Amino acid sequence: MRHTLTVMVENNPGVLARVAGLFSRRGFNIDSLAVGRTENPLVSRMTIVVEGDDTTVEQVNKQLHKLVDVIKVSDITKDAYVDRELVMIKVYAEPSARAEIMQLVDIFRARIVDVGPKTLTVEVTGNEGKIDAFELSLRTFGIKELVRTGKIAMLRGFKTSSKNNNHKEEEVS
Amino acid sequence: MDITVAEALVRCLEQENVEIVFGYPGGTILPVYDALNDTTIRHILVRHEQGAAHAADGYARVTGKVGVCLATSGPGATNLVTGIANAYMDSIPMVIITGQVPTSQVGTDAFQEVDITGITLPITKHNYLVKDPAMLPAIIKKAFLIASTGRPGPVLIDLPKDIAQTRIKFKYPKKVELAGYKPTYKGHPSMVQQAGRIIMDSQRPVIYAGGGVRLSNAAPELLQLAETISAPVTHTLMGLGSFPGDHPLFLGMLGLHGTRYANQAVTECDCLIAVGARFDDRVVSKVSGFAPSAKIVHIDIDPAEIGKNVRSNLPIVGDVKNVLGAILPLLKKKDNAAWVARVQQLKKDYPLHYRREGIMKPQFVIEKLNEFKDDNAIVVTDVGQHQMWTALYMRFKEPRSFLSSGGLGAMGFCLPAAIGAKLGAPERNVIVVVGDGGLQMTMQELGTAAEQKLPLKIFVLNNQRLGMVRQLQEYYCDKRYIGVDLQFDLDFAALGRLYGMEGYTVETEEQLLEILPRVLNSKEPVIVNCIIDREENVLPMVLNGSPINEAID
Repeated sequence: MRHTLTVMVENNPGVLARVAGLFSRRGFNIDSLAVGRTENPLVSRMTIVVEGDDTTVEQVNKQLHKLVDVIKVSDITKDAYVDRELVMIKVYAEPSARAEIMQLVDIFRARIVDVGPKTLTVEVTGNEGKIDAFELSLRTFGIKELVRTGKIAMLRGFKTSSKNNNHKEEEVS
Repeated sequence: MDITVAEALVRCLEQENVEIVFGYPGGTILPVYDALNDTTIRHILVRHEQGAAHAADGYARVTGKVGVCLATSGPGATNLVTGIANAYMDSIPMVIITGQVPTSQVGTDAFQEVDITGITLPITKHNYLVKDPAMLPAIIKKAFLIASTGRPGPVLIDLPKDIAQTRIKFKYPKKVELAGYKPTYKGHPSMVQQAGRIIMDSQRPVIYAGGGVRLSNAAPELLQLAETISAPVTHTLMGLGSFPGDHPLFLGMLGLHGTRYANQAVTECDCLIAVGARFDDRVVSKVSGFAPSAKIVHIDIDPAEIGKNVRSNLPIVGDVKNVLGAILPLLKKKDNAAWVARVQQLKKDYPLHYRREGIMKPQFVIEKLNEFKDDNAIVVTDVGQHQMWTALYMRFKEPRSFLSSGGLGAMGFCLPAAIGAKLGAPERNVIVVVGDGGLQMTMQELGTAAEQKLPLKIFVLNNQRLGMVRQLQEYYCDKRYIGVDLQFDLDFAALGRLYGMEGYTVETEEQLLEILPRVLNSKEPVIVNCIIDREENVLPMVLNGSPINEAID
């Protein structure tokens, strides 16, 4: 099962290497990882999508927690949250195909960000499913290049971290 | 007053009450060495940086303080790596300071440049590359805090030479903020309550004590727990010494080379109280066969150890001393008479044994050392057969009296660690038990020991072989021995004499018994070359994949 973790880290040099190194040396698989600064310039936030059963993900959580630079780990998989990815696609666009592509862009609420003699570059944001669907629908025209960010996620409502896990206290198994 | 960062570093070490640093100088660490001229901190020059790391480790194991070592950049730093990994695996508090090429050259493959913070990422609790001179005091403060609190471990600080030479206004911070570092010391009250109930409900409890007992100085609480509920106590290699070896409830070591009665007791128990132990594969062997009918109470300060290798019914995250202290008032005296009798019977039925015939047996040497040593002597071993024989046949009565490389299993550990131990506890006798293979890995440190006039008592169990590997090849490779014979007959007694030690070679039990009291009471450093049976195996032995109660004996 895929889990979505949000990880608050101190914005120190090398923190990404510490987190990424931890995953590789303990044999955990990262599906995607997105990182950037937060409202507090001293803190960065990572959104990590990790594949594994509950025991594995619990270990991931605890091992992340052991890193001195990691402030907080929250597994939001079971919470209500909003998630987004951004993709840019450079698609082959002969004059005859342009109208149809632009229709698709409208339907998916995407945007054309660059127009070339033989290509259009479009961007779209959305959750994973929407982006997959958009990619699929453009494939018939021929995709020349595609770049996609990792997922970022945020809980809905007032909450800022999951109530479903608190790694300072252990649960009875 | 402005002082250089290197001078500030030394002031910081003084503030942390560091008395001894182990090290080896070089180009990029020059400013720090220069500053060491003006301090009362003693510098011990080793012969190889690995020795500095192991010595700082041995010092920390004996004193409970943070061990400190220094090395230069590049090869100096990489030579520390085994020692750092060793401290990491055994949770030993250490601060390691390495020189680094000047900031402007970092990343250019400069002479003696190596990315030591990158290299040590997986083997340190945390590490720092100093980029801002003004931050140095805070970094040192954080390093000592991180190394010595929670689950202890090594912290490395990499200091570029130009930064070390920069002048700063020095002020040692009283407090530092670490947003993401908050070790849990107190056990959760409801977990503690439940533990009390599980323990009181049990009829066949066993305590499985690890290195965490020593690290949190919880030996008195452990003894009280065992006596209150009449639970036999078995140990990991790291846990030996935290419960008196002459106590009727003492079961000795468990696991792959554990005593058969300890392993059988664990297999039969209905409640296993794991105290500061991590269910290492050398202890557990086959997971499904480990304590199959037991409720497992797991007490550890590191939440990541809970449920990592073996399921636990009741995890308690917290400092062992605190948690045991909280559980004890919930317990009532009980005698589990049938269970205690059963365990005593197991001890009678499956005792440790070896055949005393022909060439002198290593077990005999250990037994006699055990008989003649004083109770507070420190025994340091290397890694291999002699280590297991010592763990099985030696009886320790005090914590911090048995030092060994546990998790990493690093040959070469013992001599430098013994140097650190003797400097940390000069009033205690330090006995080194080592194989002829392991001694030859770091024997250059005989020079350090001689220079510091340390009266170590070194017993080389000499079988001219890498005995443990030979034993593995006997069982797992149909005796197709390869790469295990150390064919050159090195005269260790003569080697010791070169370094100003008294040197003896003993080949018979009589010769050993004749010199033993004299050697152990001597004020001089002594090396005893004990020629032992080359074919002797460490038994009991649990073969790969078997449950721990099915051992070859």
